[in-house]
Amino acid sequence: MTLLSFFRRTPRVSSAQTAKERLQILLAHERQDRSGPDYLPLLQKEILEVIRKYIQVPGEKVEVKLQRGAEMSTLEIDIELPGAQTLNSKRAVPSPAFAR
Amino acid sequence: MAKIIVVTSGKGGVGKTTSTAALGAGLAMRGKKTVVIDFDVGLRNLDMIMGCERRVVFDFINVIQGEAKLHQALIKDRRLENLSILPTSQTRDKDALTREGVEKVLNELRNDFDYIICDSPAGIERGAHLAMYFADEAVVVTNPEVSSVRDSDRVLGLLSSKTRRAEKGEEPVKPHLLLTRYDPARVAKGDMMKVEDVLEILSIPLLGIIPESPTVLKASNIGTPVVFDKTSNAGAAYADAVSRLMGEQIEMRVLGPERRGFLQRLLWRTA
Ligand SMILES: Nc1ncnc2c1ncn2[C@@H]1O[C@H](COP(=O)(O)OP(=O)(O)O)[C@@H](O)[C@H]1O
Ligand SMILES: [Mg+2]
Repeated sequence: MTLLSFFRRTPRVSSAQTAKERLQILLAHERQDRSGPDYLPLLQKEILEVIRKYIQVPGEKVEVKLQRGAEMSTLEIDIELPGAQTLNSKRAVPSPAFAR
Repeated sequence: MAKIIVVTSGKGGVGKTTSTAALGAGLAMRGKKTVVIDFDVGLRNLDMIMGCERRVVFDFINVIQGEAKLHQALIKDRRLENLSILPTSQTRDKDALTREGVEKVLNELRNDFDYIICDSPAGIERGAHLAMYFADEAVVVTNPEVSSVRDSDRVLGLLSSKTRRAEKGEEPVKPHLLLTRYDPARVAKGDMMKVEDVLEILSIPLLGIIPESPTVLKASNIGTPVVFDKTSNAGAAYADAVSRLMGEQIEMRVLGPERRGFLQRLLWRTA
């Protein structure tokens, strides 16, 4: 123990506490990722590829969720697009659909 | 009709084989007809930990491939009449293990034993998958350390989705947490996660807490499962876990490693 650390009596977080907190955050994500069926990550990737043909979507702003119910299941696709201004001014990739 | 229990973890070197040997021997001591099976094809460790490596003639893979009968490959333990070992092969490729083959062997064993304990290889590949596939219960061996806890969580996900019970929509595989290599002194210093921390994260019932203990290495040196040494803390902790596995309610103890006092150490050395 150095003289400095003797005087600096700030309550230190133990490394075990840090381990626990890191695990809690990480596992919350990993559990969500594997809660859906196996094809969901691939579906998400392909949907993003199709959308990118027409619109530039920044980052990984697509979320695909499958909810299973007894009566009915829903597939929810949530895509975050850039705001209207950026969308118009961007003159994104020319899409084949509009190339008449 | 035997209960099939897989001893699994994801991560390697956490104590699966040590625990398989100790739980298997412990159950046999309590009068349960028990067989331990080595699923770690290519590495083959269980026979050494059980101390029967020189008696291996045929193995699990020979039986699956129809080259030997099951009774020819099963080794009866010389210390405990209720205990048998089904060793694995060291040389052959991992594809030798097939789901149909494993199922056939397990079905045959089911009629003759009370417990079938499957020692899983590390990882989440074929061997680990087949070791857990037919399980009724799972002992998830975990060290109080970040990568081990993370891998255990992953394995719990696989147990609830990639097993026969999950696929058939039957009652799920019953998980048990076995916390091993636990060091109360380091926990007290804040250098190691507490039992409660790991339990809070994984939230499955606790089967036992096995202390970090030099006796484990000594036991493996001589090929005697550590549960034979009831005076050691690790042996006593495994004996407790065995009771819980059998459904008994016994109080959870946090045992430390054996720390001999100065005088004892002196006597030990001169003994
Ligand atoms: N409670 C313990 N205390 C001290 N060493 C242990 C303990 N449990 C396991 N070990 C050691 O850890 C190593 C790996 O154990 P092993 O059972 O082979 O792990 P796995 O089968 O999960 O790979 C071995 O050297 C073993 O002696
Ligand atoms: Mg092993």
